[in-house]
Amino acid sequence: MAPERIVLRYSNDTADKPIIYKLVKDYDLIVNILKASINPHKEGTLVLELIGERYAEGIDYLRSQGISVHPLAQEVVRNNDKCTHCGACIVHCPTKALYVERPSMEVKFNEDECVVCLSCLKVCPVKAMEVRL
Amino acid sequence: MSIERTYAEINSRIKAGKAVVLTAEEVIERVREKGLSQTAREVDVVTTGTFGPMCSSGAFLNFGHSNPRIRISKVWLNNVPAYAGIAAADAYIGATELPEGDPCNTDYPGEFRYGGGHVIEDLVARKTVHLKATSYGTDCYPRREIETDITLDEINEAILFNPRNGYQNYNCAINLSGRTIHTYMGTLKPQMGNAHYSTSGQLSPLLKDPYFRTIGIGTRIFLGGGIGYVAWNGTQHFPGRLKDENGNDLNGAGGTLAVLGDLKQMKTGWLVGASFRGYGSTLTVGLGIPIPILNEEILALAAKTDDELYAPIVDYSDNYPNSKPGNLGVVSYAELKSGKIRINDKEIPTAPLSSYYKAREIAGTLKQWIEKGEFLLGEPSQLLPGPQAGLSGKTLSSK
Repeated sequence: MAPERIVLRYSNDTADKPIIYKLVKDYDLIVNILKASINPHKEGTLVLELIGERYAEGIDYLRSQGISVHPLAQEVVRNNDKCTHCGACIVHCPTKALYVERPSMEVKFNEDECVVCLSCLKVCPVKAMEVRL
Repeated sequence: MSIERTYAEINSRIKAGKAVVLTAEEVIERVREKGLSQTAREVDVVTTGTFGPMCSSGAFLNFGHSNPRIRISKVWLNNVPAYAGIAAADAYIGATELPEGDPCNTDYPGEFRYGGGHVIEDLVARKTVHLKATSYGTDCYPRREIETDITLDEINEAILFNPRNGYQNYNCAINLSGRTIHTYMGTLKPQMGNAHYSTSGQLSPLLKDPYFRTIGIGTRIFLGGGIGYVAWNGTQHFPGRLKDENGNDLNGAGGTLAVLGDLKQMKTGWLVGASFRGYGSTLTVGLGIPIPILNEEILALAAKTDDELYAPIVDYSDNYPNSKPGNLGVVSYAELKSGKIRINDKEIPTAPLSSYYKAREIAGTLKQWIEKGEFLLGEPSQLLPGPQAGLSGKTLSSK
């Protein structure tokens, strides 16, 4: 069985909880951290590979802690024809893959920094951010 | 002697290809280099621009008459209701109207993927729009229903008529509560996790003519990628002055514009349907206004910079929804544009909802049109009420 690739997003009140330790010790899961980031507001994003017999219980535990769990999509792309460079996405991007270049105030997207958390898809007013599966 | 110009003088220079036009950004540099008096002698027109979500937008459409005729009572465009209580074949599609059966916020926060603003965007893109209309039938209009497809070129008229656009200034929105909130100012994180603003600051049309000395009924403007006009003051036109906590006069507060133009000559990319999660849908409008430099005083106001222009900070978790007056202080557009501000010793990341990048493009496009002699200034037949009119908002009370 191949490990599941998942994206976890947690808020500042969860940031200090030892969730990886719990996944390993209490649910006997094998964890491989692919990418991890935490912003100055202590909101975090983790991209994990996770495998083990008690996988489903581990996911339930994460959700019970208020952590959102999503499968890792292949990649997020920006539709440059649609983007209006407004900036509504900027503060919702946990890794600053989306950022404003100053002084031009052009919104840039650095795909290498993207952890595919999909936050930008939800907040983009013109639906310029798309998932490529 | 200080310079005085008339609209006629400026227009004759535009026709001769001799008008000196700078964007509201460029004029700031010119004033820094050469001073106000010299710049006022040299520059005829300053162009401004703004590109942001603007509720209170919509379009009057006349579909033409079917055979046999129908006196349309209700009409839907791509399943979005338009208001048909105007005449037999006329309707008004409003930017914030949602499709019939939209789940709205039943699964909070709702997505609001499509609405009246998107219908307008699709029309401008020359996409086919599905029309369904019903009626009760009369002797002169016997038909009771029609279902067909239309495009912008196949209908008689399409007039973009936005009753309230171009807000002079707008709140910097924050969230003091402990939960994420979804507003028309975007998604606001708890405990001041972010701050959103929605004005193009030093490029913003009404911040650069705060006393309405040049903008009035008949002012010719850039609207949706084409040419439009100021029709009247906008609804909720309260052009007072923003003051800081010590009562110091800062800048314009809340003037607005009603604008109109022929939708058929507007362009894709400058009228864009927008969705705000948990709030609704609307239309993002590109708007640009030329300010004629009639004298040095008008230039001084048009050359104000981001660090001289301020927005009030407003809490959208309690103060705004519950109509509690006052604000949490003011912040300059220079600070907002830097990407972070400080409130109560907390550093807060900022983001705009209005695109400064596009606003600059609008001001630049308008400048080009004027330089090429394609766009003459419209002299207002009447100026709009300014701060001295003392206009303020009324409350809708429950009786």
